[in-house]
Amino acid sequence: MKIIVNGEPAETGAGTLADLLNELDLADAMIATAVNGAMVRKVKRSEIAIRDGDRVEILAPMQGG
Amino acid sequence: MDAITSNNLTTSTLAGADPVEFYGTQVASRLLLGTAQYPSPAILAEAIRASGSDIVTVSLRRESGAAKAGQSFWQLIRDLGVKVLPNTAGCKTVKEAVTTAEMARDLFDTPWVKLEVIGEDDTLQPDVFGLVEAARILSRDGFQVFPYTTEDLVVAEKLISAGCEVLMPWGAPIGSGRGLNNPYGLRSMRAHFPGIPLVVDAGVGLPSHAAMAMELGYDAVLLNTAVAKAGDPVRMARAFARAIEAGREGLLADPMETRDMAAPSTPVMGRAAFGQ
Repeated sequence: MKIIVNGEPAETGAGTLADLLNELDLADAMIATAVNGAMVRKVKRSEIAIRDGDRVEILAPMQGG
Repeated sequence: MDAITSNNLTTSTLAGADPVEFYGTQVASRLLLGTAQYPSPAILAEAIRASGSDIVTVSLRRESGAAKAGQSFWQLIRDLGVKVLPNTAGCKTVKEAVTTAEMARDLFDTPWVKLEVIGEDDTLQPDVFGLVEAARILSRDGFQVFPYTTEDLVVAEKLISAGCEVLMPWGAPIGSGRGLNNPYGLRSMRAHFPGIPLVVDAGVGLPSHAAMAMELGYDAVLLNTAVAKAGDPVRMARAFARAIEAGREGLLADPMETRDMAAPSTPVMGRAAFGQ
């Protein structure tokens, strides 16, 4: 199915957000996640299903002022 | 423990220590440092060490599975052992700011958030209406909000009513290095809120600007560009640390009154008479 990850189109067979992060090699990374504009806590990622057209945001610590 | 009261400020001192407290957490350094725009990660790390800062600001940005830039940055910050104050930089709506704050709490495991809701692109001036609304939502949800605001006293009152126990008025527009544009307004804010920790955030360009903020009775200064964009960021970080200490010491030393006319500091009595 086709989804949007960080603003870019992507193809995935992932069933859950946790599966998607595994696909992207970010399963153990220091990241925060949101699906369709709503934050998904670390502990909930394996419960959130990924569906066609979903918009996923994966954020990490970055330099900031 | 002695209590020193000066210009409506009560500060506890213990063996020379003069900590500042934000939401019940005491830190020694009154310099909060941003982590953006440094020439290299190594210089960033060295500048943070030279600044003596206990708190650094960080942001959240999109991570790519390939580059993993955020992971190496986080490793660097974690190794320094400083507290992080995540920001909502760049957010222009209440929803963006609240969602970013929620993600930051999940990521950094801290209730602290430097709340920015930007209202204007040229000045990066806060949208104070959105700021108050976002502060209310986040405070109710257990966040400890550090709002980036202006020196407007009514907005400040509303932020406090919304649950903020720290206020961070701008000195000047972010990244401008202009210093304290409105010393009168900042002085008024200090006088109106003697018990609230106040941090000058944004616009500071020189160590003297930071010293002035401390002399006005501000509890701390938050800056980034002035250090990161200096020719020698590490040296500038050290300079700011010293200026902030000097300004704070000057405040606590109870400065003399200013006067319009000269007053000789050298005794007039006993002056020799030559000629005439």
